[in-house]
Amino acid sequence: MSRKPYVREMTWRWIFRHPRYVRYMAREFSCLFIGGWTLLMVWGLKQLADGPAAWGAFLEVLRSPASIVFHVLALAFAAYHSITWFNLTPKALPVQLGEEFVPEGVISGAHFALWAGLTIAVLYLAGAF
Amino acid sequence: MSERAVELEVLRYNPETDREPAFQRYSINCPEEWVVLDALNHIKESVDPTLSYRWSCHMAVCGSCGMMINGEPKLACKAFLREYSGVIRVEPLAHFPIERDLVTVIDDFMEKLKRVKPWLMPGEPKTLEAGEYRQTPAELKRFKQFTLCINCMLCYAACPEYGLIPKFIGPAALSLAHRYNKDSRDGGRDARRDEVAAYEGVWECSFTGACSEVCPEHVDPAAALQQEKIESTVDWYKEHLMPWLKK
Amino acid sequence: MARSNKPIVWGPFAAGGTLTAFLTPVLILLTLLAALGHAPDLLAYDRLHAFVGHWLAKTVVAGVVFLSLWSAAHRLRITCYDLGLRADTAVATIVYAGALGGTGAALLYLARI
Ligand code: SF4
Ligand code: FES
Repeated sequence: MSRKPYVREMTWRWIFRHPRYVRYMAREFSCLFIGGWTLLMVWGLKQLADGPAAWGAFLEVLRSPASIVFHVLALAFAAYHSITWFNLTPKALPVQLGEEFVPEGVISGAHFALWAGLTIAVLYLAGAF
Repeated sequence: MSERAVELEVLRYNPETDREPAFQRYSINCPEEWVVLDALNHIKESVDPTLSYRWSCHMAVCGSCGMMINGEPKLACKAFLREYSGVIRVEPLAHFPIERDLVTVIDDFMEKLKRVKPWLMPGEPKTLEAGEYRQTPAELKRFKQFTLCINCMLCYAACPEYGLIPKFIGPAALSLAHRYNKDSRDGGRDARRDEVAAYEGVWECSFTGACSEVCPEHVDPAAALQQEKIESTVDWYKEHLMPWLKK
Repeated sequence: MARSNKPIVWGPFAAGGTLTAFLTPVLILLTLLAALGHAPDLLAYDRLHAFVGHWLAKTVVAGVVFLSLWSAAHRLRITCYDLGLRADTAVATIVYAGALGGTGAALLYLARI
């Protein structure tokens, strides 16, 4: 009997094969927003170094509609990154106490609590309240 | 016992006559509580004896009946018909070449399984008289979950990185390496590093996590691979930045 | 089988992923507030200039910029591959160079503050 195995080629459309792959892609696309926003901040550093007028111009740019849209999207994607990251942390760093492993929810939960605490602390220290 | 009508769309491929696979429809009547494997067995017995597929245990232990059911890797013997509505699409496991109908070529996986040296290599060899290698319940628990793999390859069909990079050793084989690395009686971690820490090893994994979602035995291969990545990273930095640590 | 040198690039990716998970959302929230016209006190020129002027703050800012850009670059590299762009070496060179370039620029500006 002759063999002639058939190979199915994989195209980029695999990302729509199941919702989990769409979620994965959303997680990976967060890098564009986190990276993009960081580059914006690098430019902000330049403006800050250039003096009060330049800094004022930077704040002006931030207030443009495009910037507002970008910020809202960036915030959503950055938060999504955080959520996925903390949910996966217990897989990468399991903790065994005695015989039993600490439940995944406890490890993620601790990370979420720390995240919330840090967020409030930064907002408070920056004088946002 | 209530009956129901079921429409199955099965991907067929005959290497002797077909240039490429094509779907074939089967309409059957069957009991409500059947699984997809029962439906396939019924088709083979009384509708179309040429249909080829693998199975053996019918109870989710042999791992041979993996196939794509409505695009999701599943064990056909665990996929209840009542969980599906409309036409049920049955295809061979994704990312593997098709040998015939629902039978895939699995040589690649078999070879990779061997490559990771999935056996106990005692850290300190003992003579027979010295007695058995003992282990506490906590030490057993450390790797127990990774022993549950039934080699069904659903995780390979779910993993996009394996589909994109066929050289990738992949979830189940690397999890098995991790299982032995975590065993207190084992001393083979260094011997396995050449495979685990290779380009084709854990480093092709992008933590999609799909493997763990589809694994019928809750092995959680994604966890094993992340843990191996962290350990490989620590190894690498120790070796390159602190060479004096080398024995 | 050759052992991979991926740990060099993966180490900062994992560190950056953790750091950005904790910190980036709230930082974006600060500039979003500014974008909406409610700039927090810290973003006033005098306060920010004085704050970033301290060497400790400079070090932290440089570290955050580097790790954020690096982990974003590494993810972008993998996403390109996932979407079918097979020139991994070229992509890797470009994105990592971008991350290092951005960090270098940040260092220059910080030195001038
Ligand atoms: S890890 Fe799970 S999905 Fe993968 S082969 Fe083993 S049992 Fe099957
Ligand atoms: S037939 Fe054995 S696992 Fe399904």
